[in-house]
Amino acid sequence: MIANGAEDEEKWLAAGIAGLQQNAFYMHRALDSNNLRDALKYSAQMLSELRTSKLSPHKYYELYMRAFDELRKLEMFFKEETRRGCSVIDLYELVQHAGNILPRLYLLCTVGSVYIKSKEAPAKDVLKDLVEMCRGIQHPVRGLFLRSYLSQVSRDKLPDIGSEYEGDADTVVDAVEFVLQNFTEMNKLWVRMQYQGPAREKEKREKERSELRDLVGKNLHVLGQIEGVDLDMYKDSVLPRVLEQVVNCKDELAQFYLMDCIIQVFPDEYHLQTLDVLLGACPQLQPSVDIKTVLSQLMERLANYAASSSEVLPEFLQVEAFSKLSNAIGKVIEAQPDMPIMGVVTLYSSLLKFTLHVHPDRLDYADQVLGACVKKLSGKGKIEDNKATKQIVALLSAPLEKYNDIVTALKLSNYPRVMEFLDNATNKVMATVIIQSIMKNRTQISTIDKVEALFELIKGLIKDLDGTFDDEIDEDDFKEEQNSVARLIQMLYNDDLEEMFKIISTVRKHILTGGSKRLIFTVPPLVFSSLKLVRQLQGQEENPFGDEESTTPKKIFQLLNQTIEALSNVPAPELALRLYLQCAEAANDCELEPVAYEFFTQAYILYEEEISDSKAQVTAIHLIIGTLQRMQVFGVENRDTLTHKATGYSAKLLKKPDQCRAVYACSHLFWVCDQENLKDGERVLICLKRALRIANAAQQMSSATRGSTGSVTLFVEILNKYLYFFEKGNAQITSSSIQSLIELITTEMQSDSTTPDPATNAFFASTLRYIQFQKQKGGAVGEKYEPIKA
Amino acid sequence: MNYLIGAFKPSCHISITFTDAKNRKQVQLKKENGQTVMVPLFQSQENIAGKISIDPIQGKKVEHNGVKVELLGQIEMYFDRGNFYDFTSLVRELDVPGEIYERKTYPFEFSTVEMPYETYNGVNVRLRYVLKVTISRGYAGSIVEYQDFVVRNYSPPPSINNSIKMEVGIEDCLHIEFEYNKSKYHLKDVIIGKIYFLLVRIKIKNMDLEIRRRESTGSGANTHVETETLAKFELMDGAPVRGESIPIRLFLSPYELTPTHRNINNKFSVKYYLNLVLVDEEDRRYFKQQEITIYRLQETS
Repeated sequence: MIANGAEDEEKWLAAGIAGLQQNAFYMHRALDSNNLRDALKYSAQMLSELRTSKLSPHKYYELYMRAFDELRKLEMFFKEETRRGCSVIDLYELVQHAGNILPRLYLLCTVGSVYIKSKEAPAKDVLKDLVEMCRGIQHPVRGLFLRSYLSQVSRDKLPDIGSEYEGDADTVVDAVEFVLQNFTEMNKLWVRMQYQGPAREKEKREKERSELRDLVGKNLHVLGQIEGVDLDMYKDSVLPRVLEQVVNCKDELAQFYLMDCIIQVFPDEYHLQTLDVLLGACPQLQPSVDIKTVLSQLMERLANYAASSSEVLPEFLQVEAFSKLSNAIGKVIEAQPDMPIMGVVTLYSSLLKFTLHVHPDRLDYADQVLGACVKKLSGKGKIEDNKATKQIVALLSAPLEKYNDIVTALKLSNYPRVMEFLDNATNKVMATVIIQSIMKNRTQISTIDKVEALFELIKGLIKDLDGTFDDEIDEDDFKEEQNSVARLIQMLYNDDLEEMFKIISTVRKHILTGGSKRLIFTVPPLVFSSLKLVRQLQGQEENPFGDEESTTPKKIFQLLNQTIEALSNVPAPELALRLYLQCAEAANDCELEPVAYEFFTQAYILYEEEISDSKAQVTAIHLIIGTLQRMQVFGVENRDTLTHKATGYSAKLLKKPDQCRAVYACSHLFWVCDQENLKDGERVLICLKRALRIANAAQQMSSATRGSTGSVTLFVEILNKYLYFFEKGNAQITSSSIQSLIELITTEMQSDSTTPDPATNAFFASTLRYIQFQKQKGGAVGEKYEPIKA
Repeated sequence: MNYLIGAFKPSCHISITFTDAKNRKQVQLKKENGQTVMVPLFQSQENIAGKISIDPIQGKKVEHNGVKVELLGQIEMYFDRGNFYDFTSLVRELDVPGEIYERKTYPFEFSTVEMPYETYNGVNVRLRYVLKVTISRGYAGSIVEYQDFVVRNYSPPPSINNSIKMEVGIEDCLHIEFEYNKSKYHLKDVIIGKIYFLLVRIKIKNMDLEIRRRESTGSGANTHVETETLAKFELMDGAPVRGESIPIRLFLSPYELTPTHRNINNKFSVKYYLNLVLVDEEDRRYFKQQEITIYRLQETS
């Protein structure tokens, strides 16, 4: 059926064009022979083709354009005819003898154009007559095209200011009156189109109407281009008249399109000065009109206008643009109870952008907007609609983008309240956006209030929100999020140490709510941030404020102890161990022996109770040894206890090579170069010998189980330790002991049962080369090495 | 043959000329045989004067019982064709009985002739003015010659000329108000008006304004009425909605109208009507007819 309809339409169009061309041909002949009577007759017949009702607007347009071209020729002819002495007034009458109204009016407009040009009558009178006579066409499509033709031929003939058709007085009024009237009539026809024809074709008609909208809108363009329309006239007559038509037509499509047109075609300055009128119309529009897009466009234009020049800003203040827009939005939302949340948020988002551009200094405005938005959203719960969520994100991102500074946004008390409406996933996205903004701009968050506010904003990342299930979260995403939180924690800084301590306490309070999964990400940065503070305090005098309440390293360490403890519940013993050791080292620097001891104790407890994986143990023991070696705060007793424990742990490692390495590492615990009281050469030697024994045992074990003694790497490594202490002046390490160790290694390497290992060989060779090098140095060192034969 | 034809030919040639023939306006007149000829134009109260020449055929004499010229105003009903009713009849005797041997010219004059009716050519009736020259002969039959002329009478603009305004409708279906600016129009006038739609519940396709001429002839039981539509002028295309007003501007000059004739000598009347016709999508016609008076206004040229 539909296919047939389209086919039929093609046929009708073809027939229409054929008829038109045929009559145009005869018309041309008449024009060529200056036969006015025939020219009128055939042109009327030609135009009769436009009387068809069978074509869709699209096809009708095609036909119209052909007729339009022909009418241009006819107009030329009329012009010549008047030059030849034919009175244009007679012509104007003559064309009105045509019996059919549509051809008659097309001809009348064509002669009317010549009439105005002849200036035999004031342009305004002719225009008024034409626009009145066109009322005879009540058929929507035919009427629209006819009036469009009128608009087209009259465009350059309006009695505008400065135009050659300008009359005596108030001439612009006539021009405006003409265009307005034509606009009004066209809009009526356009709207009426919707109500004619069967209901089932409603959609099709809507589409067809949409195609015709520019015919109507063109009038507004013309109005916009009339020079003489100044602000007063726009305010007093043009805008009220146009709006009256827009509001009264009660048509969704028309209202939306025309409001948009008004905003686009008239200058921003006018909009600003007529805001109340323009905005006043909005709540009167049909509830289904997409008013949010219209208002958004308006606000966007005004914002751009404000941005164009600083000189226009006072105008905005003078007309109280913000409060007017704000009120209007409120009213529109009230007037359209069915407006989706997305629309509501879009409106506020646009308003926010507007105020950010126009009044960047008025943060209270921005907060008002957010507050109003919260009010409208309240009671709606979390917003599920995807589009609405997107708009909320846009709304929240606007201040960040504008100020490039989260600090400003943090002053917006309603900001977090808006975030409440986001679903959890989006809330997180928004939080990440905020953090990224901070990172990008290297914003310093330096007061406790701001920190509190910030954590309120990003709480979606800090802790589990209601209704989130762990399995919903992608692990990589989670890591990404938590890493950004970690980075954020590092960004929180204040030179004032008291304040900084408060910040740390606040952060701590928040992150401890985060649950085990987050702590491993958030505790380390907090710990290091705290340690940084400790070191700063350390640089100052003890207790700079001299009062009990003030921050001391001790207090911080207490806090840290508790913080790290939280990790044990995670559990993350290895991480906790590292952090304890870090703290211990810091405590060492602050010369707080008991604190340092406590941290070590915690570390040891973790080692004993929680770290059972042998690889982890190896790592842990080396960390312990390394840290302990650097500790200077301990008294002999404490140190002995800790050293003893460490050596004990070393000897109890599972794998022999690990044992061996841990044990020789322990040797350093007894020999700290810059501390005379910590140079126990004997115990160093004991350690090394023990290491050698273990290495031996390892080889034997290897040969027993695998049939080969394995590598001699361990021996070479021990040799290096020997050389180290030898050089450092440990008297227990003698050149002969080194000599014998070298020989042992050489023998071992030549043994058949030893598995050749190029790396070890190279290692050994370079060790020997080092000895040789030291020998050649001569002097004290050379002397020392002299006895050793490599 | 020539001899025979000559025997039946009239023995003389009669020509009628008007005194001011050169200056007098000539207008078209449609004759019974369908041809149009140009004839002089007069109006009531004018002097109709001229000359009549009688020119005997070479070598013949015309013997007669007297020569006269008559000015006749006649009404001819087509159902009674050939039977003229003379409402005006004036006679001038030109010559006493005698013989005419050679060309003889007689001046004549009818002064301030009362010609109250206009020349009219209708569907069923014709009103004409004619000059009739008669050379009376006894046994041979009279020789008669006619000269038509046209009479048009001009009226001053009427002192009272009200507009026609009327509200009509079909209950709950269609209510309109229309207005024509005058009730009396001259032949080259323009009808200005508008139609205001008060209620539209039908799907109107278009609206036309027709000019209709109603010619009634005879009287009493023999009255015969003939109606013609002289003009069909489209006023509106498409369906209006409530509140629309549609302008009317109809130039009368293109149409062949005559003044309104009321009860001409009890023989006929010619009346004009404006007929407003609305056509709906099912081609039903809704109309309202209003009589208008048409008069002839003196042309200023």
